[in-house]
Amino acid sequence: MMTPMQRVLTAMGHEEPDRVPVFILTTLHGAKELGLSIRDYFSRAEHIAEGQLRLQQKYRSDCLYAFCYAALELEAFGGETIFIDDGPPNAAAPVLRRGEDIDRLEPPRPGDCAGLNRTLEAIRRLKDRVGDAVPIVGSVIAPFSLPVMQLGFEQYIELLYGDPERFTRLMAVNQRFCVDWANAQLAAGATAIGYDDPLASPTYIPRELYLKTGHRVAMATLAQIKGPTAMHLASGRGLAIADDIVITGASALGVSTLEDLADWKSAVGPRLTLIGNLNGIEMRRWTGADAEREVKQAIAKAGRGGGFILADNHGEIPWQVPDEVLLAIRAAVDRWGRYPLEWIE
Amino acid sequence: MHELSSEFRDALAALDRLRVETIFQKATLLKPAIQVVEELIVPVMAQLGDEWCSGQVALSQIYMGSRICEELVERTLPSLAPGRKTRPRQAIAVLSDYHMLGKRIVLSTLRTSGLDVLDYGRMEVDELVERVRADDVKILLISTLMLPAALKVKTVRKKLDAAGSRIRIAVGGAPFLFDRQLWQEVGADAMGRNASEAVAIVRRWREEES
Repeated sequence: MMTPMQRVLTAMGHEEPDRVPVFILTTLHGAKELGLSIRDYFSRAEHIAEGQLRLQQKYRSDCLYAFCYAALELEAFGGETIFIDDGPPNAAAPVLRRGEDIDRLEPPRPGDCAGLNRTLEAIRRLKDRVGDAVPIVGSVIAPFSLPVMQLGFEQYIELLYGDPERFTRLMAVNQRFCVDWANAQLAAGATAIGYDDPLASPTYIPRELYLKTGHRVAMATLAQIKGPTAMHLASGRGLAIADDIVITGASALGVSTLEDLADWKSAVGPRLTLIGNLNGIEMRRWTGADAEREVKQAIAKAGRGGGFILADNHGEIPWQVPDEVLLAIRAAVDRWGRYPLEWIE
Repeated sequence: MHELSSEFRDALAALDRLRVETIFQKATLLKPAIQVVEELIVPVMAQLGDEWCSGQVALSQIYMGSRICEELVERTLPSLAPGRKTRPRQAIAVLSDYHMLGKRIVLSTLRTSGLDVLDYGRMEVDELVERVRADDVKILLISTLMLPAALKVKTVRKKLDAAGSRIRIAVGGAPFLFDRQLWQEVGADAMGRNASEAVAIVRRWREEES
């Protein structure tokens, strides 16, 4: 039997491992495992590391997930985080309130932010425990998508269309920070980096605008990250920019549940590994039979020939999804994910 | 008007303010401005909303387009502008969430369509229930982005029911798009996939009331 690392690397090499790899991307569930509130859970590196190790063993996931919450990166820029009892922490007020704030902005150093340091320490602890047997997936918010939290969505769209000079300056600052943050996670022991770029999705901005803005930023940023990257559009559509994503240099892509894995497989072939695309919102009320049907369907569409990792479509499974569903997903992978996939007609 | 629709749609999707304005002026030579809003702007915004749902246009175009139309209508038909009419009986709020873009688009589209609405901004459950009752709101639009916030609509419904309110609730936002049964689960009366569907829901309910 392969280790998770061997399984994932084989699949990403577009060959068939022993079975379809599965990423059960749980973050908040770690707090449940440890009997802590979400705020307490994220307050210490040892909690995060212990939570991830327990979840990986429980669900037999093929990775450890070092992503904590998106607002963590806003904390590095002086922002605050609002914790709730039953969901991901939210970014509080934007930190860039006026155009001049962008003119004065400097890239923070990841080492200066307590929250980022906790994540780095958690990665080091995970690496100490699993060595090279289990991939550790780190995460960054793309420089192009971070301004949704830095400025607020409305203000950012208006900047994107109306103030190219300040947009360019903001991208330069965010890019420097993003590269440093990604490389710090790799140095701490992360195997690969999830590059979360929801705004790249044609769900949010048209392709023509993306090619002039976020795509250029992604090309320049990914080139400086010293490890493999997986782009994630966080549930947004991506087929219309499939070829554009391929040339960014990302090795993998998180696919939205709004799109068909088979369409993606034929669009990108062996040029990208596909990650996805189980519906995390619906998952909350799945029965065991639902879970099995959805897993089977995803594997049938994208499993053959490797290049596929089964996961949810958003990159984070909601707090409300019960253990029974996650265990049913995992059992269905055992049942239908063994290579060769001879059951597929 | 029909001939101008496709031209207007393209100008709006391209966010070409000048062309949007020119086509609108051209249309007002044929029909009264209020009719142009009803027969040109509102249907084109509905078309763009559908195109967003099917992945043909982007949210940034919907947002910027809705703002262009809102400004155009407010300038041309000030009688439709908020504050010029009787106090509205419908309200919109972002529930327990910090993501305001969806609500802003719906607000612009409602105003463009001549529907005034109380804008509650962001509220928690109890505050929202209290405000709705105090304002005697008949139609409540709730926007959410995060799943925990969407699930709180259930508490809003329960509290309003317990208070004897006969309010109708329409919901919208990402969780409802990804789980098409969720709006029923939380006790809403309808779900709008986009801003134009929200307009259609409000219009339908107002007609049923009158």
